[in-house]
Amino acid sequence: MSREGNYFANIDWLVIFIYLLLTILGWFNIYASVYDPVQNPDIFDLSINSGKQLLWIGTGFVLILIILLLDFRIYESFSPLFYGIFLLLLIGVLLFGREVNGAKAWFEIGAFRLQPAEFTKFVTALFLARYLNTSGLKLTQLNVQFKVLLILAAPIALIMLQPDTGSAMIFLALLIPLYREGFPAIYLIVGISIVVLFILTLLVENLFIFIGLGVLFVLFILIQEKKWNKILGTLVVFIFITSFVFATDYLLNNVLKNYQRSRIEAIFKPDLVDPQAEGWNLEQSKIAIGSGGFSGKGFLEGTQTKFGYVPEQSTDFIFSTLAEEHGWLGSAFVIALFIVLVSRLSFIAERQKSPFARFFGYAVAGIIFFHFTINIAMTMGLFPVVGIPLPFFSYGGSSFWSFTVMLFVLLKIDMHRAEVLMRN
Amino acid sequence: MLEHRRLVIQGLFILTGLVFLVRLFALQVTDSTYRLKAERNIIQTIIEYPFRGLIYDRNKELIVHNEPIYDIMVVPRDFYVEDTAAFCELFRIDEATFLENLKEAREYSSVKPSPLLKKISHREYASIQDHLYQFKGLFANPRTVRRYTQPMLAHQLGYIGEVSQRQLDRDSSGYYRSGDFIGITGLEEQYEEVLRGERGKSFRMVNVNGIAKGSFKNGELDTASVAGKNLITTIDMDLQAYAEKLLKGKRGSVVAIEPSTGEILVMASSPSYNPNELSGKYFGKNFKEIEKDTLSPLFNRAIMATYPPGSIFKTVQALIALDEQVIGPYEKVNVNKYYMGDHADLGIYDVAKGLEFSSNNYFYEVMRRVINQKESANYFKDSRLGMEKWAEAVRKFGFGSRLGLDIPGEVAGKVPDVETYDKMHGELRWAYSTIYSLSIGQGEMLVTPLQVANLAAIIANEGHYITPHLVKGIEAKGEYTPLEFEKHETGKGTDYYPAIIEGMSRAVKRTANLAVIPDIEMVGKTGTAENGLKDETLDHSVFMAYAPRENPQIAVAVYVENAGWGGLAAGITASLIIEKHIRGFINKKGWFDKENYVLEQRYLEAVEN
Repeated sequence: MSREGNYFANIDWLVIFIYLLLTILGWFNIYASVYDPVQNPDIFDLSINSGKQLLWIGTGFVLILIILLLDFRIYESFSPLFYGIFLLLLIGVLLFGREVNGAKAWFEIGAFRLQPAEFTKFVTALFLARYLNTSGLKLTQLNVQFKVLLILAAPIALIMLQPDTGSAMIFLALLIPLYREGFPAIYLIVGISIVVLFILTLLVENLFIFIGLGVLFVLFILIQEKKWNKILGTLVVFIFITSFVFATDYLLNNVLKNYQRSRIEAIFKPDLVDPQAEGWNLEQSKIAIGSGGFSGKGFLEGTQTKFGYVPEQSTDFIFSTLAEEHGWLGSAFVIALFIVLVSRLSFIAERQKSPFARFFGYAVAGIIFFHFTINIAMTMGLFPVVGIPLPFFSYGGSSFWSFTVMLFVLLKIDMHRAEVLMRN
Repeated sequence: MLEHRRLVIQGLFILTGLVFLVRLFALQVTDSTYRLKAERNIIQTIIEYPFRGLIYDRNKELIVHNEPIYDIMVVPRDFYVEDTAAFCELFRIDEATFLENLKEAREYSSVKPSPLLKKISHREYASIQDHLYQFKGLFANPRTVRRYTQPMLAHQLGYIGEVSQRQLDRDSSGYYRSGDFIGITGLEEQYEEVLRGERGKSFRMVNVNGIAKGSFKNGELDTASVAGKNLITTIDMDLQAYAEKLLKGKRGSVVAIEPSTGEILVMASSPSYNPNELSGKYFGKNFKEIEKDTLSPLFNRAIMATYPPGSIFKTVQALIALDEQVIGPYEKVNVNKYYMGDHADLGIYDVAKGLEFSSNNYFYEVMRRVINQKESANYFKDSRLGMEKWAEAVRKFGFGSRLGLDIPGEVAGKVPDVETYDKMHGELRWAYSTIYSLSIGQGEMLVTPLQVANLAAIIANEGHYITPHLVKGIEAKGEYTPLEFEKHETGKGTDYYPAIIEGMSRAVKRTANLAVIPDIEMVGKTGTAENGLKDETLDHSVFMAYAPRENPQIAVAVYVENAGWGGLAAGITASLIIEKHIRGFINKKGWFDKENYVLEQRYLEAVEN
């Protein structure tokens, strides 16, 4: 049948090409990161991570096949169900999960381990997309904003309980599609301002911040109309900000755990951190990256990697392997691939006719972008160390599957973008 | 209206990518510190210490060699002991030291090895070797210490020790590193660069746990150590041993030189110490004890002690006067007035007779003729001019400056000159009548035993000497390279020597007849050096001689402190050394056992009491 013939005609081959390229590069880098020059293991050896990753990649391809065969409409229709199931799984993991590295994030069934949080961002994106597809709904309305934040907050809260700050942080990626759909920019501006202020309080003496804020406050009062309620309003904002500055110190010293504080300090106050102890990971990762030079030490020649100086080498710190062995050129190539990928995804999102598909497209782009940005920034010492994987690169079944599923669900929906138009 | 937000998002993506590219460029290409840090992480430098050169005597008999010792190294991270007391018992270390060393090791590095026990001897190591493997993080690092085949020649050999901070600061070559060994005195210091060899270095890669993972860059940068070169000394160990034996219980020194070459056959100073004590584990403790010893055994009398030369200096006076031609070799001089006390009678003297009887008043006249040559009508000016000539002539014999012996510590002694007396008495306020006691070797003149032995060599050579030295050649890889030494002429002429030699030969028979060796003719001169004390303590016994008269083989100077008349203790000792060297053994025929006589003298004990 002719329908069979052009079944894949609508699929986005560029995305598939980049996906395959990243997956293969990732696989080689996982091998490089666990390679031991003395034992000289085979890349297919199932007892090392590269062999196992090949299993995840293979099963990932089966998932792709299933996704392409299933009806594209189920994602929108069943998204509340998926969302509900995964919220339950997140609760379940807190009760029955297995603790790994201090976080109760894993279900363990025999030798098989699954991290529900990896998939929750996907179903949350689907559910939010469906919610926003309700006709007549505007993101400028307060009650809508409230519901959106509630949908986001539920999984974030459950993941924070594990606790897994990194995975929870990724949900902020959904601010990208929300912003595209009309979520007021003021929230983002306020959010970014809070982050900037937080960093400032770490870097600068509180006194100087107060002086700065005080000057701003006086200027504001002088510029705006001299009405009591305006002045009062500004004063309230000023007091709020001031107390936030105080709260930062409190947050750092009392709420955050020691390891979290030292990870933040490692970025902003590096001289306070002992590179032999709590600063070890970051220092060694930076050494690995920095010693790569322009063209790298060569495949399987990275000394930081081979000799175990960088921890979590095949998972969270996989980028340092790449940067060490392939230098600036190799890193730049992979970064370019990611940027092309997310740009292509946002292009795909833009060509969707339904807000559901568009939102989901941006959500996938946003999630991949956040993962990539935070992960690489973390290995270079631009962001505190949080355990989140580099998409397609990092070793791990859950993360590889979740990215594969997200990507191909988007491609499947994209294949049928014309049908959506017809339906509407 | 929301369309533009798409551009904001696109912009964010691209901006992030660019930030990463720039940041990575800075980290990877611009900044080279990370590359160094990466290398520092994985590269472990292994120092291969070279074998220090050996020291042999003139007959290729081994004097100094190396003995393996072991440092027990600890990698604190891997090291754990359950029962500290048992461990300390096993490794024979006291608990406080053990804990202290372990703490220091931890502070240095938890993954890099530091010494836990230092300088374990070969025997001790054998007993703990089997237990070593029971403890993770412990291994043995072999090194060597100096060992001496015989407990002698300590001063001349010197010793080695860990390089001091001061030496490190002064080391412009940058060769030494903290913990290295360096020659501290004697030959070990003088020939440090010959003996030490070159350190070898190899680089290997280690993983995060300090486990070796192969060589770095396939060993391209590795260098092999080069063993130090061997020293062939001029010392005759048998003769040295004999000299040290004869000096037991006395304060004094013996220096023997082969006149034709300047090679030092014997250089002994008593009291001394066993060089093995300043090597190995107990260096620090032993050094303190030796240093505190009131007899100062570290003091090398042969080159550091200075004495007024005494009567032996009459030979120099005669030689200078003959060289200046103010007396003739066989000129008769009527000595008819006592200018100073004398063992010899007044009468007619020539040079030979003057020396034979050691006539003080004859040499008063000899020196007077040198000092007052009537070049100026003014008596004071004339003395001054004569003194200038005299001091210069004395210096030519190697007095008043270092001879240039190849070990550190040699002192110059003193030759008084115009300046000396100007300072003492004022310009033109002194004349021969002020300084005449110099004529018999008393007064401001100071000499070392080495300089006196050299004087004996000069007379044996009839007017020249070769710079005395302790090392005659260097051996590396079986190849021998002789060292060259300078020849020094001591006067304008040499034809007058037979008269001196004849006088000295007769002097031995007359003033040191107990020292006479049957059938080996000895040419010598006795002396007595004032001890400077105004009490009943005996003066120092001094004797210099060479033998045989024809084709001299050995020139000797012997100083025995507080032993009185030079013809006895010093003379007999010198004769024993000479006989042993020439004949190979002591001919004990006759009524007088010289060897027993010397061995029984214990002047040191007498002084102590």
